[in-house]
Amino acid sequence: MTLVSGWGRFPVVDSELLRPRSFEAVGEAVVTGSVARGNGRAYGDAAIGAVRTVAMTGFDRVRSFDPVTGRIRLEAGVLLSDLIDTFGPRGFLPFVVPGTRFVSVGGAIAADVHGKNHHCEGGFGRYVDSILLRTGQGETIEASREENSDAFFATIGGMGLTGIILEATMRLRTVETGWIRERVISASDLDAAMGALDAGDSSTYSVAWIDCAARGRDLGRSLIYLGEHAGRGELAEGIDVFPSGKNPGLAVPFDLPAMTLNRTSVRAFNELYYRMGARRAGGSHVVSLYPYFFPLDAIADWNRIYGRRGFLQHQCVIPQAGARAVLGEILGRVAARGDASFLAVLKKLGQGDGILSFPLPGYTLALDFPVKGDIMNFLDEIDHLVVAAGGRLYLAKDARQSRATFEAGYPALQRFNAIRRSLDPAGNIRSKLSQRLFDEV
Amino acid sequence: MTSRKTVIVLGGSSDIGRAAARAFAKAGYDVALAGRDVAALEPDAADLRARYDVVVGLYKFDVLDTASFEGFVNGLPALPDVVISIVGLLGVQENAESDLAHATTIMRSNYEGPSLILGLFAEKLLARGTGTIVGVSSVAGDRGRASNYVYGSAKAGFSAFLSGLRARASRGGVHVVTVKPGFVRTRMTEGMKLIGPLTVDAPVVGGAILSAVENKSDVVYVSGKWRLVMLIIKTLPEAVFKKLKF
Ligand SMILES: Cc1cc2nc3c(=O)[nH]c(=O)nc-3n(C[C@H](O)[C@H](O)[C@H](O)COP(=O)(O)OP(=O)(O)OC[C@H]3O[C@@H](n4cnc5c(N)ncnc54)[C@H](O)[C@@H]3O)c2cc1C
Repeated sequence: MTLVSGWGRFPVVDSELLRPRSFEAVGEAVVTGSVARGNGRAYGDAAIGAVRTVAMTGFDRVRSFDPVTGRIRLEAGVLLSDLIDTFGPRGFLPFVVPGTRFVSVGGAIAADVHGKNHHCEGGFGRYVDSILLRTGQGETIEASREENSDAFFATIGGMGLTGIILEATMRLRTVETGWIRERVISASDLDAAMGALDAGDSSTYSVAWIDCAARGRDLGRSLIYLGEHAGRGELAEGIDVFPSGKNPGLAVPFDLPAMTLNRTSVRAFNELYYRMGARRAGGSHVVSLYPYFFPLDAIADWNRIYGRRGFLQHQCVIPQAGARAVLGEILGRVAARGDASFLAVLKKLGQGDGILSFPLPGYTLALDFPVKGDIMNFLDEIDHLVVAAGGRLYLAKDARQSRATFEAGYPALQRFNAIRRSLDPAGNIRSKLSQRLFDEV
Repeated sequence: MTSRKTVIVLGGSSDIGRAAARAFAKAGYDVALAGRDVAALEPDAADLRARYDVVVGLYKFDVLDTASFEGFVNGLPALPDVVISIVGLLGVQENAESDLAHATTIMRSNYEGPSLILGLFAEKLLARGTGTIVGVSSVAGDRGRASNYVYGSAKAGFSAFLSGLRARASRGGVHVVTVKPGFVRTRMTEGMKLIGPLTVDAPVVGGAILSAVENKSDVVYVSGKWRLVMLIIKTLPEAVFKKLKF
């Protein structure tokens, strides 16, 4: 057995880690209690098999690419970073990227990841045309919107529970450059922040970084980053049309003591971050896609900043109506605690595509918390607010929500479970997450 | 238009072979992949074509079948600009200690075969007067260790072959590179205890091979740290070294 954990390093559990080298070996690797693992960027226990974890990053071949349509067929272990580095210079990028580029295509489909463009362009799954799925029952099927469509829509956002994605066909977007024209807006409080996001609805990309140490009148003060793909004509003379994405230079070499993150350091950091950003606010400028989309990727292993016990991310989405009051209440409680997140991220989402996809039209708020003290109780209370508002939590970030919270947030669960049972009657595919939230007890 | 440069990768289906092929294809080379099982190379060929829009050829090559080497080299449609040998077999030291057949396979896979095939290519490149030969050896060849000296000694022989070839070929316009990767996370090292800071991923080795060729380096340790580590290990007196559990 091997100790395995997600990006948040909580929980750490035993699971046999297997690295098959062929699709046949993937099939053979599946025993009762197996789940696929991509690049381990889910925060909690989604990518940990109840008994066995099947690592997929070894499958990193592109099968075919059509430079006219941007259609690509690839193995599920290809990382988005690899796609960007390879096809970016040829004028193609994934339609949807999450906040780190070190995720696999399989993981991006299984979580139906959202990017800064979800409000207008939808999630990762929207650009997937078909998948080759190895079901828990041992069949290998091609699934698309037309063929095996139940399996297709259950797999998008299905957190690996429908089987193992072996290959996918998806569409890439054409871009003229690897640069983003960015506009920064500073918002002095939550109303202004939400207003700025609403006003940014027509921007392709939008996201807000909230200073969650700010309280009282400043509650919710934030920086809103809007972005569009820059055309060639917008680049200064002599600049590379496609910038290179350096691999992370800085690394966090060891676990910082949890002390480093305290009320004072977090407040100081946020103050500085807000002021520096506010200074850039107003005009628009052109930035490389790497810092725009993947600000945290510049520091390798930054998850160690939170200390050895790991950390939790809490990401909820609240439907549009009534979002203002609930977000205000959550941010108020977080600010009052003082030891919270460095930064919180607020953005707007649109309709999700998969049966179990996280997004719904509204606002999503993501917060980080070191694992310590009464944090579990605190987050349970936040969950009550989320559920009462008709919201839900993101499974790719979750390590601790209760079954009740989960079931309340995902009304399509019955349908998902029925499809899952038909693909895997014996219940071979099981993750630590599914044991915690889905499986019959 | 100038014609594109070409590289042949012997041992094309290994993790390092794949990574090297990708690095060269990305840099604009057309690629020939050679390996024991040509059908198994098909997906890698498709991968290179799809990613980099290059021409990829596949060839059957078995490093233990030295009798086939001349036919193999003469059968290629053109003499490549760069020849890379990544062929090797780690084997199991414990078995090799008593199983002569296993020891022989390790020795032949890491020394005899790679040296003979690169030697043969070198003659052709020298006759033309240009080209680069790359041999992927190992830090394990820098000093025999109790835990893997059968493999290490074969790599030592290969390293010595390459350094001699380099000295001779350099006078004829042909450059020879020795690459010593250290620990690499690959199929070969799966399940082994590797020292994190000294371990690299296959793409790093691929990139290092490309830059060694472009920069005309002689001997490259893929991670700079290894040069220092091996310098220390090489200079330890035998009396001390034999007592180390290593
Ligand atoms: C810094 C950071 C920023 C992030 N920002 C965002 C963001 O902006 N938006 C967002 O949506 N997410 C975000 N995430 C979460 C991340 O995008 C998802 O967790 C994604 O699923 C991780 O992909 P992975 O390849 O690492 O998969 P893993 O973490 O290894 O697995 C995630 C899930 O996918 C399943 N899975 C993986 N591969 C396969 C396969 N081949 N077949 C079937 N199932 C599979 C696993 O079983 C598991 O349920 C972020 C994560 C980090 C660390």
